[in-house]
Amino acid sequence: MQKITREVLIEKAASLLNEGVVSGVLGWKQGEFAYDVTPALFTTVDELNEQFVWGDFCGANFSKYLVAHTRKTQSKVLVFLKPCDTYSFNQLLTEHRFDREKVYAVGIPCEGMADVSKVKAIAGEGITAIESTEEGLAVTTLYNDAPVVIAYEDALAERCINCKSKKHVAYDELIGEEGDVLESGRFDQVAALEAMTPDERFAFWQKELSKCIRCNACRDVCPACTCEKCVFNNPVSGAETKAPMGTFEEKMFHIIRAFHVAGRCTDCGECSRVCPQDIPLHLLNRKFIKDINTHYGEYQAGAEVGSRAPLVNYTTNDVEPGDVFERGEENA
Amino acid sequence: MCLKGVKRMRKCALANLDKLFAAIAENADLYLPVNDENGAASYKKWEEGTEMSDALNTVKSPKDFFFPQSEDLMTFKTEGKNIEITDIREESKDFVVFGVRACDVRSFDILDRVFITDPQDSYYASKREKGVIVSMACTRPTETCFCAAFGIDAAAPKGDVTTWKTEADLYLQANTEKGEKLLAALEALTEEADCAAVEAQQAKTRAIMEKLPLAGLDTEQFGGGKTKEYFDAPEWKELSQSCLGCGTCTFVCPTCQCYDIKDFNTGRGVIRYRCWDSCMYSEFTRMAHGNNRNSQLERFRQRFMHKLVYYPENNDGIFGCVGCGRCLAKCPISMNIVKVMKTLGGKKDE
Repeated sequence: MQKITREVLIEKAASLLNEGVVSGVLGWKQGEFAYDVTPALFTTVDELNEQFVWGDFCGANFSKYLVAHTRKTQSKVLVFLKPCDTYSFNQLLTEHRFDREKVYAVGIPCEGMADVSKVKAIAGEGITAIESTEEGLAVTTLYNDAPVVIAYEDALAERCINCKSKKHVAYDELIGEEGDVLESGRFDQVAALEAMTPDERFAFWQKELSKCIRCNACRDVCPACTCEKCVFNNPVSGAETKAPMGTFEEKMFHIIRAFHVAGRCTDCGECSRVCPQDIPLHLLNRKFIKDINTHYGEYQAGAEVGSRAPLVNYTTNDVEPGDVFERGEENA
Repeated sequence: MCLKGVKRMRKCALANLDKLFAAIAENADLYLPVNDENGAASYKKWEEGTEMSDALNTVKSPKDFFFPQSEDLMTFKTEGKNIEITDIREESKDFVVFGVRACDVRSFDILDRVFITDPQDSYYASKREKGVIVSMACTRPTETCFCAAFGIDAAAPKGDVTTWKTEADLYLQANTEKGEKLLAALEALTEEADCAAVEAQQAKTRAIMEKLPLAGLDTEQFGGGKTKEYFDAPEWKELSQSCLGCGTCTFVCPTCQCYDIKDFNTGRGVIRYRCWDSCMYSEFTRMAHGNNRNSQLERFRQRFMHKLVYYPENNDGIFGCVGCGRCLAKCPISMNIVKVMKTLGGKKDE
C-alpha cells in the first residue's frame, strides 16, 4: 500500500500547473480495471481530478515519454519519479537524452508495486475490483463470494522484492520521506545460474528465449534503449529482423540487446514487467551488472549524472583480459 | 430438449480423455493448450501424458497453425544467367487443433476472408484444408473478455467440432463434414448423450457473460463507411501518445494478418520467407518512396481503423476484432481497443 495518497500528488501537480511552472504532467491514468494503468500526459486540473491515479499498480516509468515529450515542447513538464525511476532519469541525462531544463521532477516514495499476474494466480481470474487496505489487496472477482485479501508481500513484483534503493538520486522536490539504498538479493538468481553447468544454463536460456515473439516491448520500454534508429529496425543494418527466423535466431536479439545496455542498464526491471511471455530478461542485465561490480568495482548506473561508466573508462585496476579468458576456461 | 440445430450429441467421460486424445493422434497431429510452469498456456503437440490446460486462453493465438509467425515460401538459386526457383513446401499431415475458444474460432473466419479470396493464398489455404478445429465452450470468462460485442457466443463456439467440458464428461457435437468424420472415428470412445448438462452449463456461462465489466461494449458506432468520421478525430493524439510502438498487441492478436516478405541469403542461394509484421513498427509498409505513416499516431490509428472501420467496410460489416482480450492483458502500457472504442465512441454522448 502506498503511503502517499493520490490527492497529495494531484494537489502538487495542480499547483504547479496553476502557477504556470509546468504546462503538463506525466502521470498514471486510470484504466478499465483496477490494475491497467496507462502512462499519460495531463494538461488540466480537471483531467488530473478525473483520471490521475497513484497506487499499487503504477509500476510503469516515464523515461520514454520524457525523451519524446521534451523534444516537442519548449515549456516544462512535471514528472513523478519513484526511487527506481530516478536512476533511469540520471542515466538518460548522462547520455544527453533530454533537456533537464524542461523537466520539473518530483520524487515520490514507493512501497513497492504489485504484479497483477501474482494477484491473478492467488485470487483467480475475473477481477472486478481491487482495493488497497491495511491488510493487503482486497480483490473482488466474478467467481469469489467475498473479496480475497492478498498480503502486499505476496503480490509484490519481483523487481520490488529485490528493490535496490528507496533513495531518490534525482529530483527538484521530494514529497514524503527519503529512503536508503538497500541491500537486496537481486544477484541471488544470477548466482544460481552461474552455479549451473554450461549445459544446464544453456537449456535454461533456450527454454526461456524460445518463447520470445519478437514484439520488441522490452526494447521499446527500456530507458537505456533510446537509439534514434535501432539496428533491428534498420533495413540496411544487415541485422533487421521482424520475427524469429529459427529456433536460435531470437537469442541473438536478446544477446545483442543485453550487450548494448551493459554498464548503462539501471536494473529498473521494465523489460521483464512488459514481456508478454514472462521471460526473466532482467537476469541477463543483472549478470552484466554483477560482473561489472566484480571486475571493475561497485558501480550503479544512474546513481549520479555524468559518471564515467566502467566500460567506457580506463583505470589501471581494470580486469585483465586474461582473467576473463581464464574464467571462460573454468566454465568450459 | 436439445441444442438448436444439433443432430446428435456424444459424450466421453473425462477419465477417458487421454484415450480420446490418443485416438485422435493416431490419424493426425493433435495440438492442445498446455500450461508452462508459470501457468501460461500455449499450444503443444499432444503425446502420451500431456495434460490439457484449463486456461481460458493461450498467450499466443492459434493463428500460427495456418499463418505461422515466419514461413519459408521458396528458394532461389542462380547459376550463370539461369535462376532456379524451388517450391519448398512439404505435404503437411492432417492436424487437429483442440480446445479453441469461441473468439479464436471466429478469428479464422476473419483470416479466411483475407487469405482465401481471389487471389488465394495457397500457403494458408492448404493448412486450413488439413486442419480440423475442435472448439471448447468457455465456462469462466474473465474481465478482459468482450467477444459478445462482436456477436460471439462463448458458450456455443463454432468450429468443425464443438466441445463442452463439464465436471464429469466432455460433450462433443460435429458441425461440419470434417467434424463428422473425426467424431465417426471416435465412435467407440464416445456414447450418445442428451443436452441437459450442456444446456445447464451454457445458461451459467451466459449469466456470467452478462456480468462482465465489458458487457454492453458498444460497436454500433463503428463499421464500414465511418472513415471520414473517425480518421481526423482529435482523440487519436491522446490515445496514441502513450503507445510505445512495440508489436505486442499485433503479435498476440488472433486477427492481425499483416506480413512482410523478405529474402535471406544463405550464401548458397536465397530463402524467401514471410513473417508477421506490425503496423506499430516504424518500417511497416516502407516502400521505395519512403513510408506513408511516419508518426506513431498514424500507425496507431491504422491498427484500430483497420479493425473497426476498414475491415468491416470490405467484409460485409464483420469487425476485425473478436474480443479475446489478449491485447488488454498484454499491452505494456495498457492501451487497447476497448479504450479506443470508448474514447472515440464516447464523444457522441457528450
